[in-house]
Amino acid sequence: MSEWVIDAEALVKTYKMGEVEVHALRGVSLKVRPGEVLSIMGPSGSGKSTLMNLVGCLDRPSTGRYRLDGELVSDLSDDELAEIRSRKVGFVFQSFNLLGRQTALANVELPMRYAGVARGRRQRATEALEAVGLGDRLHHRPNELSGGQQQRVAIARALINRPSIILADEPTGNLDSKSGDEVIRYLLGLNKESGTTLVFVTHDPEIAARTKRIVRLFDGEIVEDK
Amino acid sequence: MLSLLNFYEALDSLSSNKLRSALTVLGIVIGVGAVIGIMAVGAGAQNTITGQISSIGTNLLFVLRGGTEDIRNPKPLTIHDAEAIADPFAAPSVVGVAPVLQDTLELSYAGESTFAQSFGVTSSYNSVSNLALSEGEFISEAHILGRAAVAVIGPDTAEALLGRREGVVGETIRIEGQPFRVIGLMASRGGSGFGNQDNQVMVPLTTAQTRLMSRGRDRVDMIMVKAGSPETVPSADQEIASILRTRHRTPIGSDDFTVFTQEDFLTTAGTITGVLTLFLGGIAGISLLVGGIGIMNIMLVSVTERTREIGLRKAVGARKRDILFQFLTESSLLSLAGGLIGIALGWGLSLIVGAIAAASNTDLTPTVTLDSVLLATLFSAAVGLFFGLYPAKRAADLEPVEALRYE
Repeated sequence: MSEWVIDAEALVKTYKMGEVEVHALRGVSLKVRPGEVLSIMGPSGSGKSTLMNLVGCLDRPSTGRYRLDGELVSDLSDDELAEIRSRKVGFVFQSFNLLGRQTALANVELPMRYAGVARGRRQRATEALEAVGLGDRLHHRPNELSGGQQQRVAIARALINRPSIILADEPTGNLDSKSGDEVIRYLLGLNKESGTTLVFVTHDPEIAARTKRIVRLFDGEIVEDK
Repeated sequence: MLSLLNFYEALDSLSSNKLRSALTVLGIVIGVGAVIGIMAVGAGAQNTITGQISSIGTNLLFVLRGGTEDIRNPKPLTIHDAEAIADPFAAPSVVGVAPVLQDTLELSYAGESTFAQSFGVTSSYNSVSNLALSEGEFISEAHILGRAAVAVIGPDTAEALLGRREGVVGETIRIEGQPFRVIGLMASRGGSGFGNQDNQVMVPLTTAQTRLMSRGRDRVDMIMVKAGSPETVPSADQEIASILRTRHRTPIGSDDFTVFTQEDFLTTAGTITGVLTLFLGGIAGISLLVGGIGIMNIMLVSVTERTREIGLRKAVGARKRDILFQFLTESSLLSLAGGLIGIALGWGLSLIVGAIAAASNTDLTPTVTLDSVLLATLFSAAVGLFFGLYPAKRAADLEPVEALRYE
């Protein structure tokens, strides 16, 4: 039933920090249609990072159910989660998180290697980099690229396995306003063209303003969703 | 799976900090180098000893008094036993018999004195034992019959007493204070092996019996026997044994004598050198252990440094085993590289030892054996896998969420 690409019900995440129990999420439900663009906002401690981790299958909820693109993922094993991630989720991080010693091409190929794609990796990676306008920088290493260019490599990497959702965690946090603007525009354009669902996790109201739906979190609960 | 790419990635990662990688493998390099070097010297020593044993002649048998430990009162060997063995009807495989009396005696000459292995021998001794003379003549039947006070000395003995290694025939030396005329000089046979074979003196058996080594009643310490050919050695062994059993009247299975062949010496020598080599090699192998710990240490550091990278890989789909494999490849590559360098080092060491031996006239040629190379390679790889396992597991078990947050 792929009416919803994200179908999260009553997600609760509690973890122990030493002696103390931290209730990061206290029952969050979220439904997202394919092709939507939304921002998740909230102050620190609100649980937005935790929610992102759950939505991106980086972690499992303590209780609750979560279906990603129709597949029940809330109680999968670590290895199974890794497999889901490689197929269905693309991450864009604030600090780019590229492999510093490898070329742009190698970086974009990485998810394909873990997904077991044996042939055609180089070709697809080249096309992906050309699509983000870095066709002339295929063999550059991250330290030879500007911040904006690095983030574009990260975006190409995030898209390479044709995921169901893109999760962008403060994607412009380490960029100047011009590059940041370009990145946002590119992602929004991508959504228009290919219908990839976009989820921004941010505290920047300017980014949130450009998305149609804003989900606000406070203290582990959704306080607003429009 | 991701094998070739993994290999290149690991190589790339290790060469990104060459100094660190080099220092890390140092332990392995030294360990493997020491093991290879020691085993090479051991193999060389074994060859030398084997060569020396064989050079005496491969058809020799040595008969000594005494059987196994629980044979009490073994009868002594006598000159008559030697004569019985020399009987061509009783022992057709035997072509020469030389009874021997042996002791360490003090020799002196004009103020110089030295101790040397001294042998009371018959005239058959030099043919039985392939003894070559560089000067003069050997002890003859006449010398035996007349209990002559004559001696054949080795080149080192000549040097020690007379200060020269030639022109010694005719000189008179003293053995245990008694004068003996030198009638022959032995050719040099080289050092090591069984103690210095060039520092020896031979006198007639009869002279020794009465004047130098009184054992009483025709006793001899050893009978050296020469078989016709290496193939007849086993039959000679049988014949000697059966002659002596009859003469000594010992029950079956309780021989009060022992017959040694070349084979026995070779086997014993081989065992001794083998055990020694293994022992020393094992000790050297301990540094392999230390080297492995060094690798584990550095891999742990590496894992910590690359926590975010690990988190990222997991985020894009790496499973536990992918991360495990990645780091195991690195640690194995490190240790294997160390092993190969160590083999080269060991080979170099064996060359150096060989050069030193040659310079000091010691007959020793260290040889790096294929066994040791294979063993060292296998061990290096194993060390890398074993000691790299714990850090690799730590890496694989990292939670992606926390790893990505790591500063």
